Amino acid sequence: MIRQFCAALCLALLSVLPARAAATDIIPAAALIQPADLAGELKSAPPIILQVGFSKLYEQAHIPGAIYAGPGRSDEGLASLKAQAEKLPRDAALVIYCGCCPWNRCPNMGAAYTALKTMGFTKVRALYIAENFGQDWVDKGYPVVRGQ
Amino acid sequence: MASAVALDARGRAFAAAPKKLKPGMAAPSFIRTGLDGKPVDLSRYKGKVLLIDFWASWCAPCIIAIPHFRAWQGQWGERGLQVIGISMDDAASDARAAAARLKVNYPVVMGDVKLADQYGGILGLPVEMLVGRDGRIIAIWQGETPPETIEKAVRAALG
Repeated sequence: MIRQFCAALCLALLSVLPARAAATDIIPAAALIQPADLAGELKSAPPIILQVGFSKLYEQAHIPGAIYAGPGRSDEGLASLKAQAEKLPRDAALVIYCGCCPWNRCPNMGAAYTALKTMGFTKVRALYIAENFGQDWVDKGYPVVRGQ
Repeated sequence: MASAVALDARGRAFAAAPKKLKPGMAAPSFIRTGLDGKPVDLSRYKGKVLLIDFWASWCAPCIIAIPHFRAWQGQWGERGLQVIGISMDDAASDARAAAARLKVNYPVVMGDVKLADQYGGILGLPVEMLVGRDGRIIAIWQGETPPETIEKAVRAALG
């Protein structure tokens, strides 16, 4: 009985969450980059990396060189992302990443990807983080830095 | 599994990467002010089974899990279960609004980098941690976890 109630409540709650599409719905497979591949690029030709997740994640650990752009789920975050990207050439190699939650639950990546494509960026890739930044990047031994 | 590599901005090893917590270790103590203004001192819950939930208002798996935690708190509170929420929202107002909407019936505090470090780094949400009556960690779950999995462990810890 309690489980049925909880399940019904969960469905109701999901319906009132911000109505941004999941990352996997918007970002084409061809635009994805795997963590191992990005880690390799960091050693040779690092792209411009934008973190579009939550600030407390960025402060704990982020990819070296990554710019904190703000969460793609919010209007403020998207405005911050656009302000960061505005000064970049439209053919710049960009990689966005989040890792706040499992990929198909991420509220940030889809909106951030769409915003950059709408601005005219032609080389936008999205770091595919299946579970979260800790498990799929940090625990794999890929480089991170701390701080704001 | 490789250990985390932390470098500073110049690529040098960063010595202060948080130590990962594992089952069997003592749950780090903390004192914070709850969203309701009341102090939350983890050490005062010794002897209880603690379910510590790192969450955020924008995290769908977190929001899905909270009604279960609320139900368990109501059902098993008298048997010694205490759920404690730690919000990783940027703004306390977001956490407060979500907690009110979800009718959370347990203490919620705001998390920050310091607290996250104490708990081994919260590098993705949700994270749930079950702590036994002896203050030692029984289990840690990262990411979307079936409620049945957590419930089974909570029942076992309550005895």
